[in-house]
Amino acid sequence: MKAIVAEKLTKRFGEVQALQDVSFVVHQRELFGFLGPNGAGKTTTINILTGLARPDSGVIRIGDIDCTDNPKAAQHLIGVVPDESNLYPELTGFQNLCFCASLYGLKKSERESRASELLKSFGLAEAASRKFGGYSKGMKRKLTIAAGIIHNPSILFLDEPTTGIDVASARQIRQLISHLNLSGTTILLTTHYIEEAERLCARLAFIVSGRIVQTDTIENLLQPIKQRHVMEIALNNKETGSLEAMASAFPDLVIERREENKIRVESSEPIRAGALVRYLEERGLEVMEARRIHPSLEDVFVRITGIEAGAMKKERERSGS
Amino acid sequence: MKMWIAFWNIILKDMRAYYLKPPNISWGIIFPLAWTGMFFIRSGGGFDGVLTLLPGLMAISILFGTTSMLAVTVTFEKKGRSFDRLLLAPIPLGILMLSKTSGAIVFGIANAFVPVAMAAFFFDLSSVAWLTAFPAVVLIAVSSTFLGLFIAVSVSEVFEAQTFSNFFRFPMIFLCGLFFPIERLPSVIKPLSYILPLTYGADILHGAFSQGHTMPFGLDFALLGASCVFLYLWSLKNIKRRWIL
Repeated sequence: MKAIVAEKLTKRFGEVQALQDVSFVVHQRELFGFLGPNGAGKTTTINILTGLARPDSGVIRIGDIDCTDNPKAAQHLIGVVPDESNLYPELTGFQNLCFCASLYGLKKSERESRASELLKSFGLAEAASRKFGGYSKGMKRKLTIAAGIIHNPSILFLDEPTTGIDVASARQIRQLISHLNLSGTTILLTTHYIEEAERLCARLAFIVSGRIVQTDTIENLLQPIKQRHVMEIALNNKETGSLEAMASAFPDLVIERREENKIRVESSEPIRAGALVRYLEERGLEVMEARRIHPSLEDVFVRITGIEAGAMKKERERSGS
Repeated sequence: MKMWIAFWNIILKDMRAYYLKPPNISWGIIFPLAWTGMFFIRSGGGFDGVLTLLPGLMAISILFGTTSMLAVTVTFEKKGRSFDRLLLAPIPLGILMLSKTSGAIVFGIANAFVPVAMAAFFFDLSSVAWLTAFPAVVLIAVSSTFLGLFIAVSVSEVFEAQTFSNFFRFPMIFLCGLFFPIERLPSVIKPLSYILPLTYGADILHGAFSQGHTMPFGLDFALLGASCVFLYLWSLKNIKRRWIL
């Protein structure tokens, strides 16, 4: 059963082509990830699917409902956790959850019991009577997720759920997301954290500059690089020497510079570390470490999108985590 | 049923978060009191003067009360993105905006009766046609609220909403016959008066308080009602165009 269907979604904001022919399907009970750098079109996609924006063209189906022209038709089925914690600062945690539940027509007794239950399961029971404006970033994020699921939606849209919060809170939130998915909620998660996508999602779409460049299961995405052998060599020097000369000396290896004092070596055959170390040391470079690394989703992402993982990391730093 | 649970709780939330806050309560009382005191002292008239002044004071209290509150409850929430939460709820946009503006309408009506309550301490207001005045107060509150909504939807920042509101509010004091008869305005300005809904509301109030109306009540009510519908539908169109991109 398909929970979300997006067909050829296109959206332009003035001169900017925000989305171009974006198509994907999210199956029921699936945790589907949308991975891409800031400005790739992740939030625009969520806004269009949830009714906060209109596509210029394309088709949207949520559950069995075609909501391309009437996004309100499916809003009772979905929960949305935006990329910013947008609850009401002047209301307490409990009041915020009760209010959000009332927007979906829950009766007072249902609202209160559901709010109490969620505050407890999200570890916020003690802060229930405190105003949302006084919560820490991590607490705000957790309460925003709780508000997104207060009406037990069958489909949940999570936009950058762990951006800008501390490591411990991010970890807790990932556990909550996994638990939600295991309990049957279909989740569409956007993130620019590759590790998060790899850890949580069953399937992923890579989105860059408003286009989906690849959609597949994590296993299938990793398949082409599973047989690859990768080694990272750290040098004491800031210079790595001539990579072109090194590549000529080892024609079977793919050699590239990673950061200013690291070399990454890739091959389809096992890599002989000794020969590489000798080669570098003979040229006056001091090898600090040479270690085999397992190819990750980051490698797949870089290979497919051409976007360096470093650029994504810088975005992460800018976003405050 | 579910929709009305949402409708009612949006009003309650706004009451709790905005309208029943001490600064707003005090502002809602002090502002009309200040206008009332100022005009009573300035006019120096007796009972007849009160009946001439009260319609303008009630209308101005409603106008400033409602338009100021909409800048907060709508523009501020849109800026902080909590308004998106309402747009994501399975409630028709028309009902959502009615619930969002109902608090301001009630606030405006309450504001209107501050000068009345003050005057009632000193003067006998039994000659006032309340059955005519009260519906007029409600319609003035509705049209002013929807004018505030139109302004709130047209801007992005709270300060812009306040500034833009003043662009309408201060000229309306002079143009709508609140304190100065429209007949005395220069003829080039008069058409402006007749496109402003407050003109018709003020005319009904003048009629209810001192038989000082210049147009038939039926026409006043019809035009005031029509302006409410027009401003509301225009605001909804603007919300769809500007906020659901």
